[in-house]
Amino acid sequence: MTVSLMNNTVANDQNTAASSNIVYETKQMNLWYGANHALKNIDMKIMENEVTAIIGPSGCGKSTYIKTLNRMVELVPSVKTSGEILYRERNIFDKDYRVEELRTRVGMVFQKPNPFPKSIYDNIAYGPRIHGIKNKKILDEIVEKSLRGAAIWDEVKDRLNENAYGISGGQQQRICIARALAIEPDVILMDEPTSALDPISTLKVEELVQELKKDYSIIIVTHNMQQASRISDKTAFFLNGEVVEFDKTDSIFSNPADKRTEDYISGRFG
Amino acid sequence: MSIRERFDLELNETQEQLIEMSDYAIAALNRSMDALMNHDIDTALEIIEDDAALNRMEEEINQHVILMIAKQSPVATDLRRLVVTLKVAADLERVGDYAVNIAKETIRIGKQEHLPPITLLQEMHEMASKMLHQVIEAFIAEDIIKAKEIAEIDDQVDDLYGQAIRQLMRSGAEDPERMNQVTQLAFICRYLERSADYATNIAEQLFYLVRGKRYDLNS
Repeated sequence: MTVSLMNNTVANDQNTAASSNIVYETKQMNLWYGANHALKNIDMKIMENEVTAIIGPSGCGKSTYIKTLNRMVELVPSVKTSGEILYRERNIFDKDYRVEELRTRVGMVFQKPNPFPKSIYDNIAYGPRIHGIKNKKILDEIVEKSLRGAAIWDEVKDRLNENAYGISGGQQQRICIARALAIEPDVILMDEPTSALDPISTLKVEELVQELKKDYSIIIVTHNMQQASRISDKTAFFLNGEVVEFDKTDSIFSNPADKRTEDYISGRFG
Repeated sequence: MSIRERFDLELNETQEQLIEMSDYAIAALNRSMDALMNHDIDTALEIIEDDAALNRMEEEINQHVILMIAKQSPVATDLRRLVVTLKVAADLERVGDYAVNIAKETIRIGKQEHLPPITLLQEMHEMASKMLHQVIEAFIAEDIIKAKEIAEIDDQVDDLYGQAIRQLMRSGAEDPERMNQVTQLAFICRYLERSADYATNIAEQLFYLVRGKRYDLNS
């Protein structure tokens, strides 16, 4: 009998992945809102064609983190950062890195569906038009492809000219996902995309995420543990601005290495 | 009471159900051996009848655990504890079945005088019963070091099993008219050996509960 009674080390394959498959690499990143140290020494590698879930109690820094990935957090006046976030091996904090260029590659979907007060068609065509596409035929193609990609084409194909406010919340959220897809991004950031949706719409968005990861890399902030365990490949647990544990989702939810992770996912605090 | 506290309370309840079930299963095994040694047919019949209660206990534990999984969606240690509870309950139910099998062989042997290897069977039973009793104690205390020590005793039970079978074969060769009892005692040997294996299984389940990984303590 050769059973070791020593503690097991949790395998973490992040470090062995080839650099070409890394979409985002965060290195010793810190962020302050004024005097509030909101993110502390974050080190994370986000891999291509994976769904990465970020979980943690309110105020732990998870939304701040994904808003940093497309530099949206800079809209807050008192924000200060240190460290690096490499997107495709280039530091997004570099002075010559144009934020428009970054956001063309990184789409975002928010907690509440926020379509523009325009037709469904114009919502999807908005981004491509800004990027200079005027040809009606090409725009038609992009709109159809994006709506199909967001699994909502069949539901709205006959009402493309209707106002996007006229459809259900779940449909609006998928319109927002289609709008993000229209600019052909590399990464999609999702900040609690189903928290305002009913269970059926939630399931549709979750199924969509599974489909989309074939072509995109997805980072999703969620308060729903079951959602994180159902749809993500990796999960990061944030607490008080730190990454407590970042590992394969299967490990996090079956045998987490850190007691604080276990306590959080088991509902002992938070 | 918070939802988490209520969940902990329910977890404790399932543990208590499991302890009650283990007491019952081990008692059945002990009684079946007493019945065998004393040629006590009445007790053997009682053991067969009482097995339904053990099956009911397992069913209640299953129901309780399934409801907890459905309603609370447990993860990590909570989930492992519930899965392990189901498996240990199934193992204890099997030990109860072996007690029934021993009781049935006891009835078949009736008043015939036992062949000499019966003393080895007594030894095997003492070890298996002690292993089961101690592994449940280790399980309650979540003491994997003790669980590993208990699993190691299984090798001794296996040795005794080998010796007993060899002696029984010799007895059969010397006195072919008693071949029936040789077969019956050989079956009982097998049931005792398997009961000890289930103690090892429970030790392995404890490792999974504590470590989150599977260990083979039987090799």
